[in-house]
Amino acid sequence: MIQTIAFYLFAVLMIASAVMVVTARNPVHSVLWLILAFFNAAGLMVLVGAEFIAMLLVIVYVGAVAVLFLFVVMMLDIDFAELRAGFIRNAPLGLVIALILLAELVLGIGAYRAGTIDLGIATGENAVVLGASNTASIGAVLYSDYLFLFEAAGLILLVAMVGAIVLTHRPPKTVRGHQNIGKQVRRDPNAATVMKRPTVGEGVEL
Amino acid sequence: MTAFFQSLGMNYEWSWGIATIAGILLIALPLMLAVAMIIYVDRKVWAAINLRRGPNVVGPFGLLQSFADGLKVFLQETIIPSAANKGIFLLAPIITFTVALAAWAVIPFSSGAVLANINVGLLYILAVSSLSVYGVVMAGWASNSKYPFFSAMRAAAQMISYEVSIGFILVCVVLYAGTFNLNEIVMSQTGHGFGIVNAYAFNLLLFPMWVMFFISSLAETQRVPFDLTEAESELVAGYQTEYSSMSFALFWLGEYANILLMCSLNTLLFFGGWLPPLNIDLIPWFDIPGIVWFLLKTFFFFFMFSWVMATVPRYRYDQLMRLGWKVFLPLSLLFVVLISGWLMATGHFS
Repeated sequence: MIQTIAFYLFAVLMIASAVMVVTARNPVHSVLWLILAFFNAAGLMVLVGAEFIAMLLVIVYVGAVAVLFLFVVMMLDIDFAELRAGFIRNAPLGLVIALILLAELVLGIGAYRAGTIDLGIATGENAVVLGASNTASIGAVLYSDYLFLFEAAGLILLVAMVGAIVLTHRPPKTVRGHQNIGKQVRRDPNAATVMKRPTVGEGVEL
Repeated sequence: MTAFFQSLGMNYEWSWGIATIAGILLIALPLMLAVAMIIYVDRKVWAAINLRRGPNVVGPFGLLQSFADGLKVFLQETIIPSAANKGIFLLAPIITFTVALAAWAVIPFSSGAVLANINVGLLYILAVSSLSVYGVVMAGWASNSKYPFFSAMRAAAQMISYEVSIGFILVCVVLYAGTFNLNEIVMSQTGHGFGIVNAYAFNLLLFPMWVMFFISSLAETQRVPFDLTEAESELVAGYQTEYSSMSFALFWLGEYANILLMCSLNTLLFFGGWLPPLNIDLIPWFDIPGIVWFLLKTFFFFFMFSWVMATVPRYRYDQLMRLGWKVFLPLSLLFVVLISGWLMATGHFS
């Protein structure tokens, strides 16, 4: 019973906040609704028993990706009127894309239910250790059966990161005084300061 | 606790619900009290280090100072700037406070004394503590004022930078413990150091990790020397500048609850949590309840936090970023490789 209530709560909240992402007038509000949508998706993951993925969803998407979104959107100087004007112009295109996605979804689920794709029968030979925790099961599959795909994904991300840095990196035009932290730390207080004990009424000569 | 309520003749659903609510209150209310007292401790420690007296007027030894302050802010007027984004402005302190409390759900206070004994406890803490940046960022943006906005930008960049290295440090601990469950992580530290000390910190490979974790937790909770988000000399009071009354107090409470959480994480991950310090049965300290050890160790780390606050000058922002990205990140990554290599070589996983 509680599961059913929780499922509908998360699902309704998620769809509602997804709608709000699109319709919100302020882009910062949009990002905040997006965060709520991510969060509810994590709740749904917990409900199906995938707590590891749920936590990763929160850590990666809510904790890092959405923060960067928020960071960028907050820094932007956005003209709301212009944004509204673009909405009417781009609406047909968006609608077409949405329809294509819907059609693909219907087609995919329809084909799956028609049973035309041979997805194999679960014989249990690929099943990971029963009773192992979520984390252990994912690890067992990820680092054995899907090792190549996993490593390839990591490599692609690395290349993408290097590419982004190379594209945006500008060498400094003027050479500023560069700090050598090691040199600063090695500095001896005795060599840098002078202790004087002047008698009262007399100044200090440096 | 569910079993207790079931023995009173309730069915499982009801007794589970009541037991969970009772557990939440049992954690949240003492935590609020602890936050009030720990603020007093904090001020007393700084005062002692600065050769001052500190709060000594309200109640015996000034013990009731925090409650007087709490009453004061409670009776103040809540001012919302007219240019502020009202909804988000009010939501920000609530989020900070709620998130700071939510993380305590998985902290084991004693053997098995934990509200939610979940398998991914450590990841849950990482997830929830990564949420705490939203309170700050939302407050800074919604205030619609320059200083809070600068502060929010600094906070976002700072917390993301240090979370990366904290993640790698946690991986090192998890490699040794073999689980994300905090209760089991504590249990796996039994007699770990030289066969007698119940702590991970006395392992030669994990000791540098603990030092880095301690410094990162200072940065993560925006304590001195990394309190650039609230640097008084530059940003007035940072993201809290426009806040008053209870909305300000919620930030304050949330911040200290987070600091206590980081202290308890230091305890749980590196200093044996609720286990007694030594794994020797000669002294009858196994009879002392685990929660006493846990609280003592957490208090010790809190003392270290205030000690650092009273003695270390503030970092410059570029130095902060340098430390996070150029020192901690490569070092923690190196140690993940080193530790997993060492564990493979010594047959820890087989």
